[in-house]
Amino acid sequence: MMREDIKIATRQSYGEELAKLGEENENIVVLDADLTTATKTELFAEKFPDRFINVGIAEQNLMGISAGLSTFGKIPFASTFAVFAAGRAYEQIRNSIAYPNLNVKICATHGGVSVGEDGATHQMLEDLGLMRGLPNMTVMCTSDDIQTKWAVREISKIKGPVYLRLCRMKTPVIYDTDNFEIGKAVQIGEGTDASIIATGVCVSEAIKTMEILKEKGINVRVIDMHTIKPIDRKMIIKCAKETKRIITVEDHSIIGGLGSSVCEVLSEEYPTKVERMGIMDTFGQSGKGEELLAYYRIDSNAIVEKIAKKLKKVAIHS
Amino acid sequence: MKITNVEALKRIAVEVRKDIIEAVYSAKSGHPGGSLSIADILTVLYFNQMNIDEQKPNDPNRDRLVLSKGHACIALYSVLAEKGYFAKEGLQSFRHLGSPLQGHPDMNKVPGVDMTTGSLGQGLSVSVGMAIASKMNKAGCKIYCILGDGEIEEGQVWEAAMSASKNNLDNLCVILDNNNLQIDGEIDKVGGMNNITEKFLSFGFNVININGHNIDEIIDAITTAKQTKGKPTVIIAKTIKGKGVSFMENIASWHGKAPNEEEYNLAMEELNRAMLEI
Repeated sequence: MMREDIKIATRQSYGEELAKLGEENENIVVLDADLTTATKTELFAEKFPDRFINVGIAEQNLMGISAGLSTFGKIPFASTFAVFAAGRAYEQIRNSIAYPNLNVKICATHGGVSVGEDGATHQMLEDLGLMRGLPNMTVMCTSDDIQTKWAVREISKIKGPVYLRLCRMKTPVIYDTDNFEIGKAVQIGEGTDASIIATGVCVSEAIKTMEILKEKGINVRVIDMHTIKPIDRKMIIKCAKETKRIITVEDHSIIGGLGSSVCEVLSEEYPTKVERMGIMDTFGQSGKGEELLAYYRIDSNAIVEKIAKKLKKVAIHS
Repeated sequence: MKITNVEALKRIAVEVRKDIIEAVYSAKSGHPGGSLSIADILTVLYFNQMNIDEQKPNDPNRDRLVLSKGHACIALYSVLAEKGYFAKEGLQSFRHLGSPLQGHPDMNKVPGVDMTTGSLGQGLSVSVGMAIASKMNKAGCKIYCILGDGEIEEGQVWEAAMSASKNNLDNLCVILDNNNLQIDGEIDKVGGMNNITEKFLSFGFNVININGHNIDEIIDAITTAKQTKGKPTVIIAKTIKGKGVSFMENIASWHGKAPNEEEYNLAMEELNRAMLEI
């Protein structure tokens, strides 16, 4: 079902859906910090200039203004790069949005090393960890065009703060329907040799892995964990019971993000060995997005290698 | 009900100061200095100027107040209690475990508190968001934001000031509690803040300088702010930290500590005398 021939960046899907949503809900207000062409909020701004606020290069102010708007019943969508949202404005998000439980949707683009050429300062690798530590916050990281459009619409309907991580790099369209639910992971495939739990840009890499391994006679399944918080505990436990081997893959630090979340659940509920694939406690660097996924070993080749090696080890020992 | 009699407003302000001392004494902690310095300003806002109804604390068309210097919340709680948002006895629970009256204000716990604050420098941005939303909704609300003078060392304040001016927020009135003291001393020595009037003028504000303890001047300044079109107003209110309790006045160390029993008695005696002298 994955369409390798159609690639769309989730930031683009975000911008397009937001512009559509603006027609249906006049309470939606969009804010940006001088990055409208990169975050794609320009699509909304062109259509609804009266409901668009550009605060300039001032991310702390971006979060505060969004908080104020929400107290009047507006549904602010605040956008900038993930490093400036979750990083620079962390404490504004914590004290002015999450603590008062305000209805602000933080949609942060340019997460992960897949940002590419801009390098380490612009490749946010800690945002999922920072955001999921905040009470009241729902944290999401979508994997394709269809899912992102669904998420944008869905988060406008729920009350309370949301952090949605989006990506710059174009990735394959995975889904043909948007039958999703916040907090419910998507299982792709029924393989029982291993579960690859992935999020964001790494989901399509995991699906590629599944297809490559199938040809080698290894049957794995992929779990698309689009909601990092609340995490789908049931799905994680089910996979641990059914497949024994769990591999997590994320374009994020192995500390604090998806891998950590999965380990927290399993160590409490069903102790299972987990292999965390992600950015190994280091900063990123410049390069093409695809090159960086390969370099940091979170692309399909790296996952194939990891699983093949693991299964071989099991075969020798048994 | 709007109170226009200046003597009556002065009496309320003294009552608020007594509430502040009582509550901080009961909590054995809190911030008396910067609370006493804004007692007159808050009294005028809630009893004379703001379009509010204590029976309808969530009315969407009410005026809003963001106490950006959230550590002075006992002044706000006291004014809200005097106004009838909640029973005055509740003030005794200030800062106690389980109390809605948190050490810094929580909008979800206290009727009449329009924004959760406490981390300095964030309230003006929130006020800007409120002022923009009120204009979008054509709600006609006035948004008041009280900043500390030490607080404006936070860079975010100036990001917000830029936005207030760019968006022509004439429904926004900032009141700067200019008591000249922060925890570690005088503001020009600790953070280097000076030329406050010029700074706000250059950011496009209508600037009004007043004595922040003179009820008539506070009323006039807010009235002028309401009439000003096309730009936000900042009222730079010259105040005295600890105002009304002579041994606390202009002493930085009274920023964040409670009086002992002897000091409490002295303070209450002085405030009771002040009440009789009005």
